[in-house]
Amino acid sequence: MTAVGADQRQQMAYVATQAADARLNVEIETEGMTLNIGPQHPATHGTLRLVARLDGEQVVEAEPIMGYMHRGYEKLAEVRTYPQVTTLINRIDWLGSFANEVPFILAAEKLMEVEAPPRAQWIRTALFELSRIANITLFLGDMAVQLGALTPVFMAFRDREFVLNQIEAATGGRFHPNFDRIGGLKDDLPQGWIDDTKQAMEKMRDFCDEFEELVLGNEIFQARSRGIGIVPAEVGLAYGLSGANIRASGVDWDLRRDGHEALAYDQVDWKVWTHPDGDSFARYWVRLQETREATHIVDQLLDGLPSGPIMAKVPRIIKVPAGEAYAATENPLGEMGYYVVSKGDLVPFRVKIRSASFSNISITPWLLKGVYVPDIITILASLYFILGDIDR
Amino acid sequence: MGLVESGKMPAPLTKLLNIGRKYSLWMYQWGLACCAIEMGAVIGSPRYDVMRLGVIPFPASPRQADLVVISGTVTDKMVPSILRLYQQMPDPKYVISMGSCANCGGPYWDSYSVTKGVDQIIPVDVYVPGCPPRPEALLEGIVLLQERIMNEDPAARWRGDPIVVD
Repeated sequence: MTAVGADQRQQMAYVATQAADARLNVEIETEGMTLNIGPQHPATHGTLRLVARLDGEQVVEAEPIMGYMHRGYEKLAEVRTYPQVTTLINRIDWLGSFANEVPFILAAEKLMEVEAPPRAQWIRTALFELSRIANITLFLGDMAVQLGALTPVFMAFRDREFVLNQIEAATGGRFHPNFDRIGGLKDDLPQGWIDDTKQAMEKMRDFCDEFEELVLGNEIFQARSRGIGIVPAEVGLAYGLSGANIRASGVDWDLRRDGHEALAYDQVDWKVWTHPDGDSFARYWVRLQETREATHIVDQLLDGLPSGPIMAKVPRIIKVPAGEAYAATENPLGEMGYYVVSKGDLVPFRVKIRSASFSNISITPWLLKGVYVPDIITILASLYFILGDIDR
Repeated sequence: MGLVESGKMPAPLTKLLNIGRKYSLWMYQWGLACCAIEMGAVIGSPRYDVMRLGVIPFPASPRQADLVVISGTVTDKMVPSILRLYQQMPDPKYVISMGSCANCGGPYWDSYSVTKGVDQIIPVDVYVPGCPPRPEALLEGIVLLQERIMNEDPAARWRGDPIVVD
C-alpha cells in the first residue's frame, strides 16, 4: 500500500470529475423511455391511464387512455324510465351529484313543457351551488396533496362534511341525492335547514380564507404551479375546454350567467371570476374564488327564498312527448349538457351526454408536450377531471 | 415462525399472533368510482379516521399490503389489473368489496361493460353494501374483518386443513 500525496489526490479527483462529466454527456443523449402512469394512480383521480414517452426528464408525447370507468350510461338510459335515469346519472360526476341531475331534468321539462315553480327553482339552484362547493373543496385539497402538501386534503375532507351534512339533511342522500323531479323537487326543505346552511357557509368561507393563505400563499406551491401548463385562450376554446379551466385563461364565459336555463342565478348578485394567466396556479385560484362566490350565492338564495309549491302539476306516470331538447348548465367541472330525444315513450329514445371532463382532458396531449415529469402531475391535478365524467 | 410452519401452535400464541395481525392491517386502496371518495373520507377525514382501528393506509405497493379495498365499479377493462394486484399481494391477504358495484354490479347490472361483482375474479372476505356505503359502513366492514382474523388459525394452512371461520 503506497501513500498518496495531496497533489496526487487532487489529480485523481480531477480525473474523476472529468470522467463523471463524460458519463453525464453520454447520459444526456438518452434513448426514449416510456412511462406508464395509471390506470390506478393517486394523481389520476381514479382510473385514467397516461402513457408518456420521455426523453430524459422531458415528455415527448403523452397520450391519455380512457375507458377504465366506462359504464355505458347512454345505452343504459335507453332502457330506464325518466325518474330512473335521474338515479343513474347522479353517478357521472360523483362529487357534485345533484348538479348532474339538473340539466337532464331541465331538458325533460323542456320536452314536457312544464316549468318548475319559483320556489323549486331557487332551492334547486341552492343545492346546485352546494354540490359545487362539495366538489371543488376536494379539488382544493387534492391538488395541494399532489404537489406534496399533505395537510390540505385532511382539512378539505373535514370541512366538506359540513356541506355534505346539509345536502343530506335536505335530500336524504349524502352523496347521491336523487332529489330532482320533472316539474320540481321531491320535498320541501326541512325546518331549520336555512339557518344551519348559513352557518355551514360561514365555515366554508373561513375554509376558503384559510386555503388562500395556506396553499396559494405558499412559496413551494407557487413555484410548482406558476407558469406550468399554460393554456392560451384560443387553444383552450379550440379544444372545447369549459368551466374554470377556460375562465383561468381569461375567457369570461359562464353558463350560469350566459345560459338560458330556468335557474335562479339571474335573481342574485354575483360575479364571474377570471384570471388572465392560464397556468395551473390560475386554475386553482379561479376555483377557490368560485367556491367563495358560491357560498355568497347560497346565502342570497336562502335569504330571498320565495314561498309557494315545490312541484308543478305533472302526471304520475311520466310520458315525455316526442321531440328533442338540449339543456346545459355550468357544472362544477364545466359545461354539462344532455341532448334528449324522445319518441313519446316511458323511456328516452336516446340521451347524449356532453360532459365537461371529456373535453377538458382532451387537451392533455397538447399540454404535456415538452414539460418535465413532475409537472405532469401538476397539470393533471389542475385540469381537474373526474373519471366518471370522462368515460361515462 | 417455526411454530406456525410446523402446524402446531398453542392456542394462546395463536391468539396473540392474531391480535398482532388484526391491529396492523396495511390497507391498499383500489379506488375506482364514487366509493373511492367515501373511502377517502375514511382515510382522510378526521371525523372517521381509519387509523384508530389499526389500519394503515397508503402502502407503497400491493406487495406490502395485507388488505385491499375494491371500491367502485369494476369494468371489464379493469379486471386484468385487479387480478394482477391480487396476485402481487403476499399471503395472508384479505379483500373487502365496497359498494354495490363491486358486490354485484349495482345500478349497472345490465351494462355491457361492467363486471357484475368483483367476486367473479378474486375471493372476497367482506361485502360492504350501499351505493355508496357511508364511511361508517366501511369502518364496520373493517371491524368484521378483524373479527374474522381473530378467529383464524394461522397454522391451519401449514397443517393442510381447510381454513374454517366461525
